Amino acid sequence: MNTSRITAVVRKEFAEFRRNRFVVMTASILPVIFLIGPTAQILAIKATTASAAFDRRVDYSLFLPMLVSVFVPAMLAAWSVVGERDQGTLEPVLTTPVRRAELVAGKALAIFLPALLISYLVYGVFFAITQLFAVAPAAAAVRHAPQFYAALVFIPLLSAWAIGAGMAISTRANDTRVAYQLSILSSLPPVAVAALFSFNVITADFTSAVLFAAGLLVIDCAACFGVSRLFDRERLVLGTRT
Amino acid sequence: MGAAIEVSRLTKRFGARTAVDDVSFTVQTGEIFGFLGPNGAGKSTTVRMLCGLLAPTSGEASVAGVPVAADGGESVRERISVMPETPGLYLKLSVAENLDYFARLYGIPDRAARIHQALTAVGLAQRANDLCGVLSKGLRQRAALARTLLNEPQVMFLDEPTSGLDPAAAHEVLTLIGALRDRGVTVFLTTHRLDEAERVCDRVAILNTTLRTIGHPDELRQTLFSRTLAVITAAGLPDPEAVFKGLPSVTSWQQVPQAQPAPPAGALAGYLLAVKDPVRAAPAVTRALVAAGADVLQIAEQRASLEEVYLQLITGEEKAADRSGEKGALR
Repeated sequence: MNTSRITAVVRKEFAEFRRNRFVVMTASILPVIFLIGPTAQILAIKATTASAAFDRRVDYSLFLPMLVSVFVPAMLAAWSVVGERDQGTLEPVLTTPVRRAELVAGKALAIFLPALLISYLVYGVFFAITQLFAVAPAAAAVRHAPQFYAALVFIPLLSAWAIGAGMAISTRANDTRVAYQLSILSSLPPVAVAALFSFNVITADFTSAVLFAAGLLVIDCAACFGVSRLFDRERLVLGTRT
Repeated sequence: MGAAIEVSRLTKRFGARTAVDDVSFTVQTGEIFGFLGPNGAGKSTTVRMLCGLLAPTSGEASVAGVPVAADGGESVRERISVMPETPGLYLKLSVAENLDYFARLYGIPDRAARIHQALTAVGLAQRANDLCGVLSKGLRQRAALARTLLNEPQVMFLDEPTSGLDPAAAHEVLTLIGALRDRGVTVFLTTHRLDEAERVCDRVAILNTTLRTIGHPDELRQTLFSRTLAVITAAGLPDPEAVFKGLPSVTSWQQVPQAQPAPPAGALAGYLLAVKDPVRAAPAVTRALVAAGADVLQIAEQRASLEEVYLQLITGEEKAADRSGEKGALR
């Protein structure tokens, strides 16, 4: 693996994101919604709010921002290969010495890093606002919620899942719209498991959280290898394998 | 100098459809090789196989001395550059940023200087910071051509490099391609523009799934067409048969236009003579015309254009296919 080629791909992807305001704007909508909604829920809690409703709101508020780490990278990953093929830029790149693993790594990193940044930013802003402006019990509940700290660990793992699945679909899809739809769908299974933990359907303890994280990590590593194998020049050029 | 591209019995099938069938040819180092053929003839498929993008169904090829292997041809891709039919530029990035990306992928050390050199070569240095999205089609084509110059390739594959260019820009690009030959670069030029193939190519190949012919445009003309002398006289000959019959090297003649009767005295008359050897036939024809009292205005060898060669090969073969199809349908 040539790191300077990976860096070249990352730089190019970042430059394209920066120049394409439409991509930046659409990618920002979801984080803003998932920041405003949960923050408002916590700020709406009064000291007199009943305990059950209180707990539900905290669970819900801590779960929703986690979706940012899945849906934003899923959408970007869905476009990454099929989009380039549609605009005719992929074929010239494939005729350069860049290896498929380098191209996959570069594209994945260019999605992973901003996804991570945005996700942590959403949680950071949520945490800051709730600690500053929420009533004391609500602020304390957020501060002491195990889901909050678990989310910090799960964000990169969920993002990696979404990117792996999204890129795998993007290498196989012949249509950008299909890639978007399948990519979002493929992100749902780990989100569903995370939701079961967040809403205490599955009682979360340290061991189960570690097992879930380890399982995700293994799947993410397998996805990296799998996407690289799927990144077949012939399929990418023709849209099909002969 | 050795072979830059060697292709042996290359075949590519997509399911039941054969795109390229048993194609073999060799391109010498420093040669400009024109690859002609109608749409769907397999030109792009052949180029993609030579670049390692597609795996051949059978057959072998080597480019710049390296055997081509799909998906594993990094060493081939280091030695070549490809300009596909569409420029394939990132429209949100500037011309310089596009080139910088590719320069990094090629691992070029002195990127800024090389980018400037490439842009200067195609006359785009002043537009380096313009976004590709605001460039005209012709300028995008030039930017894509500059991209192919970056890695100083041994072999360049150019697919319709003058497509969308105005005549002056096309002329510049063709001059640039000519200059590449002087630097020892082998150019594999896929084109529909037969005039430009005739102008810049050392040899051309005509492909229509199988390789129909290959050679220098002049050789192809000679192979496919009987050589012809065009004669113009100030007035129609009273008895052309008596003048042209029995002349050395002349095999047949016809009046142009072929409408009868013969042109009235005082009007220009034209004759086409099929000859075996124009150099031998022309003096004899001139002497015979003068002896017959004709005022000879012009005697010249008529050359078939590459377009005529192309049409003879492609449309002649389509007509033959149609005829056999009709026969089949009648049966």
